Amino acid sequence: MSVRYLSCGDTAFTVEFGNEISPRINGQVMALHAAIGEAKASGRLAGVVETVPTMRSLMVTYDPMATSRAALQPEIDALMARGLPVGGKTRRVRVPCCYDGEEFAPDLAEVAERTGKTPEQVIEAHLKSAFTVYVLGFMPGLAYIAGLDAGLYLPRRSQPRVRVPRSSVAIAMDMTTIYPFESPGGWHLIGRTPLWMFDQRREQPVFLAPGDSLTFERVDRATFDRLARAVEAGTLDWSTLVTA
Amino acid sequence: MSAALKVVRPGLFDTLQDMGRTGYMALGMPTAGAMDRIGLALANALVGNPGGTAGLEIGVMGPDLLVEADSVRIALVGPLSPSLIEGPDAPPKPLESDRSHLLKRGQTLKVGMVEGSSTAYLAVAGGFALPAFMGSLSTYARAGIGGFEGRKLAGGDVLPLARSDAPARDERKLAQPFDYGKGPVRVVWGPQEEYFSDKGRKTFVESEYRVSKEADRMGIRFEGPVIEHATPPAKGGADIISDGIAPGAIQVPGAGLPIVLLADRQTVGGYPKIATIASVDLPRLGRLLPGQVVRFTAVTVEEAEKLRRDQEARVARAIADFQPALPAGGIDLARLYEENLIDGVVYEPLSA
Repeated sequence: MSVRYLSCGDTAFTVEFGNEISPRINGQVMALHAAIGEAKASGRLAGVVETVPTMRSLMVTYDPMATSRAALQPEIDALMARGLPVGGKTRRVRVPCCYDGEEFAPDLAEVAERTGKTPEQVIEAHLKSAFTVYVLGFMPGLAYIAGLDAGLYLPRRSQPRVRVPRSSVAIAMDMTTIYPFESPGGWHLIGRTPLWMFDQRREQPVFLAPGDSLTFERVDRATFDRLARAVEAGTLDWSTLVTA
Repeated sequence: MSAALKVVRPGLFDTLQDMGRTGYMALGMPTAGAMDRIGLALANALVGNPGGTAGLEIGVMGPDLLVEADSVRIALVGPLSPSLIEGPDAPPKPLESDRSHLLKRGQTLKVGMVEGSSTAYLAVAGGFALPAFMGSLSTYARAGIGGFEGRKLAGGDVLPLARSDAPARDERKLAQPFDYGKGPVRVVWGPQEEYFSDKGRKTFVESEYRVSKEADRMGIRFEGPVIEHATPPAKGGADIISDGIAPGAIQVPGAGLPIVLLADRQTVGGYPKIATIASVDLPRLGRLLPGQVVRFTAVTVEEAEKLRRDQEARVARAIADFQPALPAGGIDLARLYEENLIDGVVYEPLSA
C-alpha cells in the first residue's frame, strides 16, 4: 500500500491514501484508524493521542514529549505492512426521516424540478441510496454521508440559509447530511429526522461514527412526532436503530 | 453551604479550560482547551494543582469573584493590570499576579484587564467541582458543552469549588515572568505546501503579517501580502478534499491570506494548509492581540519537537524555581493575619 506522510507540525502527521473520494480509499483509511485504535488499546504506539479519519486520509496526533515522528512513522508502516483488516466491523444504522410538508422539506420541489423528477421520485431515490458515513467534522456530530443516488447530484445552494433547523436531512453534491444543531447551511433540505445527531445527555453523545452504513426509513408526521417526543424526553431506545 | 466562587460581575470572555478534549476528533469534536497551555500550567503549579486541572481563561477583561468558601487559594498568571482584593469592610488593596494568594469568605477578587496578551489564567487550589464532558472540562461554546454550562461566565454564576478551604502553606511566586520567546514564529512546512508556488512560499516566510480583528479561540486571520497558490484558486487551487486540522494549522483560502487555526478549530477542513505552527510557539499565538505583527520562519519536524521538549524543561524549571512570596523584609504580615497565626500567639488557649 503506497501512502504519503504529510507533516502537520510536531504534534500530528497525516497518512494520505489517495487524492480522490472512493469507497476503496476510505476503507483503507478506516482500517488504519481501527488498527491504530486497537494497537493503542493493547498498550502499543505510546504517545499517539488520537486519529482523525477523513475521506482519503488519516491524521495521527501525538505528544512530542512521549514520542516523535521519527519513532512513530516506522511503526505505522509496520502496521500497514502486516495488512490492515478491511471491511471489519460495520454498524448498520437506520434513520427515520419525514419528507412531508414545507416545514421539513422546503427544497424538495426545487430538487425535483432541477433533477427532472417528481418529489416522490426524489424521496424514493434518497431511500434507496446505500449510504456510508465517510467523515464527521465541521461541527460535533455532523456527518458527511456518501452514496447518494447519482440522479440527485446537485451543487450546493447559491444562497446558503442563515438558519437550518436541527435534524434537517439535506443533500448536496454526491452526499447527504443531517444537521446536529441549528446552524447556517447551504445544502438542500428534503426532510427531517426526529433523531438528534448530538445529545450531550447520552453516554455516547454523537450518534453516527465514521464507517457506519446508513439507510433512511420514511415515517409519517404522526410517527415523527411520537419519536421526536421520545428523543426530547430521553426515552428513545436508540439500540433499535443500530445493528452491529 | 457548599464552597464556590460567585461571579458578581462578569468579564468579557471568561471560560473554563483545561488541556483540551482529546480522543473525540473522529466524531467531529474540537479539542478546545487553553490557548496558552504554559499560563494555565504555571497558575495550577502556583496553587499546587496538577498541570492539567481546569482553570479560568480570562480574555481581555477579568471578572469580579466573591469567595463563598471558608478559604480558597488562587493564582493569576498573565499580564494583567492591577487586580484588587476587597473585603466586606476592608478597602480594596492590590493583588499581585504570578503568585498564589489565600482568600477568605466574603472577600471579592476583582481581576484586572489583560494587557499585552489576549489571555490570562486563574487557577484555584483543588479545581472546580464541575462534571467533565467527554473527559474534559474545556468549554466549547459553539456547541454549548463543557466548562460551566458550556458558555462564557455571566453575572450571578456560582462556580462550585472542589475544596471548601485551603490548607495553610507558604505562598509562592514565579521568580520571573515566563519567557515565551521573541523573533519569528516557528512553523513546519505542510501538510499542503505543494499547493503554493515558490513565490507564494517565499512571500509567507519573508513578510510581516498583522493580526486582524477576526481573532478568537477558533483562529486568527492575518493581514499582509497575498500568498500565491500554485494553481489559481479559480481553477481549484485553493480546494482540497477535506483532511484533518492539527493545532496551529495555517490554511490559506483563495484570497491568499493565512488563517491560523487554534483551540476551538474545526476537526477537518477543505483549504490547503501551507504550514503548521510549531507547538513551542502555540502559546505565543494564543496570546496575540489584533494589530500585533509576526513573521514566520520554517523549522523541521525534528527541530520543532526538540524546541518543544526544551520549552517543557524550562516550564518545569520555572516551577522548581518558585520563590516564597514574601515581601521585602522577610515576614509576610498579610499572610500571618490571613491565616490567623498571630491570634495563636496573642491569645493563650483557655484551658492552658
